[in-house]
Amino acid sequence: MTTVSRAKAEKHREPLTDAQLLMTISICIFAAMYAMAMLLMGGGFRKAQMVFDLLNDNAYLIIIACALTVVMIGGGINISVGGVIGLTVMACAIFLNSSGVENGPISVTLTLLLALGIGLAFGILQGFLVSYLEIQPFIVTLAGMFLARGLTTMLSVNPVKVSSQEFLSIVQTKILIPWLGYTAKNGNLIPAKMEIGALVALVTVIFMYLFLRYARLGRHIYALGGNQQSALMLGINVRRTRFLSYMISGLLSGLAGFVFLMHKPAGNASVAMRSEMDAIAASIIGGTLLTGGMGNVIGTFFGTMILATIQKIIALSPLNQSWWQEMANGALLGFFIMLQSIVLSSRGKKLRLPAWLKISHQKTD
Amino acid sequence: MHGKKKWYASLGQLLIPLVAMALLILFNLLRDPGFFSIGLATNSSGNRVLTGNIISIIDSASELAIISMGMTLVTAACGGQDISVGAVGAISGAVFVKVLQAMGSISVGSVLLGLLLCCLATILFKLFNGTLVAVFHIQPMIATLILYSCGRSIAYWINGDATPQLNSPIISTIGMTLPGIPVPTPIFAVILVGLLLVLVFRLTTTQLYTQTVGINQGAARLNGIHPTAVKLLSFALLGVCVSVAAVTGVCRLGQLNHKTLLADIEMDAILAVAIGGNSLGGGRFRLSGSILGAYIIQMLTTTLYAMNVAPVNVKAYKAVVIIIIVIAGSPVVKSKLTALWAKFRTGKSDSIRRKEAD
Repeated sequence: MTTVSRAKAEKHREPLTDAQLLMTISICIFAAMYAMAMLLMGGGFRKAQMVFDLLNDNAYLIIIACALTVVMIGGGINISVGGVIGLTVMACAIFLNSSGVENGPISVTLTLLLALGIGLAFGILQGFLVSYLEIQPFIVTLAGMFLARGLTTMLSVNPVKVSSQEFLSIVQTKILIPWLGYTAKNGNLIPAKMEIGALVALVTVIFMYLFLRYARLGRHIYALGGNQQSALMLGINVRRTRFLSYMISGLLSGLAGFVFLMHKPAGNASVAMRSEMDAIAASIIGGTLLTGGMGNVIGTFFGTMILATIQKIIALSPLNQSWWQEMANGALLGFFIMLQSIVLSSRGKKLRLPAWLKISHQKTD
Repeated sequence: MHGKKKWYASLGQLLIPLVAMALLILFNLLRDPGFFSIGLATNSSGNRVLTGNIISIIDSASELAIISMGMTLVTAACGGQDISVGAVGAISGAVFVKVLQAMGSISVGSVLLGLLLCCLATILFKLFNGTLVAVFHIQPMIATLILYSCGRSIAYWINGDATPQLNSPIISTIGMTLPGIPVPTPIFAVILVGLLLVLVFRLTTTQLYTQTVGINQGAARLNGIHPTAVKLLSFALLGVCVSVAAVTGVCRLGQLNHKTLLADIEMDAILAVAIGGNSLGGGRFRLSGSILGAYIIQMLTTTLYAMNVAPVNVKAYKAVVIIIIVIAGSPVVKSKLTALWAKFRTGKSDSIRRKEAD
């Protein structure tokens, strides 16, 4: 009896891992930032609809941030995600508009398959080059980005608007949540609206969380990123695991492209430009390290929401200019990077800091 | 394998880029021999200048060549890349223009002062990156992501105006040609920066130290090398390269556009480093490889333009060629090809020969 309770107590005392700690910090900062916005900005931030707006506008970013988290946990990088979104959106828009496609649920399903297929093709190509030919992932995915952007403009230089009624009706479909709505001045209840894309993004986050945490492949990806040699000695097929991580990443980018099309039904050569860097930033803010082996898609989700919230705050403030937004993004990123560095080093981890920045930690010994 | 050194072994990492360059030249020769014609023409300011595709390739690759030299150093010392070179280049150009506007008149002295001040400002920004990398041990790509995302906004903020103009014969001299010399001036900028770096490496132990830190930082420290100082030095030298490239870019157009100055050059510079056969993981490096890589990229682009490929579509073809080059340079492909070649020559497979050797 006593041994059991002692074991339980010891389990309770088990400290947070670094990734969990960083994730907790980012969740706390998101909550604090949002609360400040509610207090100081008021207006839209006091309505639940604002959260859903953030989700609706950034659904695609959440999905590609997950795509990046998966490869970053495996110790790689994928900067082609934005390009793949651009290509997917353009290809799907042209496909939906082509005369041979009849209007109907089949065409929408085929479009979804096309989007996933494009993403998967990029994932397989890049995964093969990175894992089986051992080429540096940065260069491979950079070439992938060039390829995707080039193919997009080859398909069409001009913007393509989707005219398929079937698809547009899906775009119009909103999930209504009455109990989170608010009462307008004339007494009508306006329910909170969520787009299908936002729901897809949330489901993706939950699925990827469970996958990385409990599935065999997910755990192998962590092992691979943590230490490739150890993973190899444990009998993990390192090459196949890395290949599959890039494949998952590509598939998610294709899905993100479809979600983008459901939010803005038009293809354009500049769709999701530079979004790969936003996705990397979101992953880092959420506690994923570029060195691999650490990270969590829940943290990534909150990282994306932090970026989205700060942009919304600036858009609603008098400083509504793109260069202010970029500066705020940079400052935020810098803050989180320094915070991570300090937190990790004060826990006695591999990062070294000058003495004046070290939080004294000696007493515990 | 046989103890005898092959003639191509001395080229080492330069073999693949040289072959790629030769193939590009051969392809152009077969396609259109007129591609290589060089002529003399008189430009708008009355100077005799050389014209032709080759001259324009060497001229317009100048900024890329300069920046890829600096990128090679950072890659070698830190094992990562600085992705903020384009954004910091915009800041650098903004400082240059600001100084010239503050001086009132544009003379040789004010241009030199502008270059000096913008060089100092760029070094400061690069040292910010360098501090994050060397002192706080943050991955270079992440650390430089900060300035990547806000650098162009800072450039906008410095000048306030979207596209300030610089109208002066001195500026166009720096950007285009010197009177009496038919070679475009930016080429001299590449040679100057190259000479500066070569002098630094030949006269001091910097090259050895940089490679040592890149290969094994712990071992370097035990041998009395200060890794932090070496990394900061590499970032400072990158700062010099970026400021020279930015001034060249501003002078070439005679105006500053904080959105398009050195746009996307970070990706091309990293490509140039990789095509030149340098490891992106740090360690040994060859500046000549990166310079060759920069000219390969520019030659590829010019070739595609000459083949009437629309500028927006160039990226896709570029990607295909890059993938082919990196596959050719892949260690796996190399060892497979070597084994295949050995089998072809001896008529026996690698494993059989190994057994015989035992």
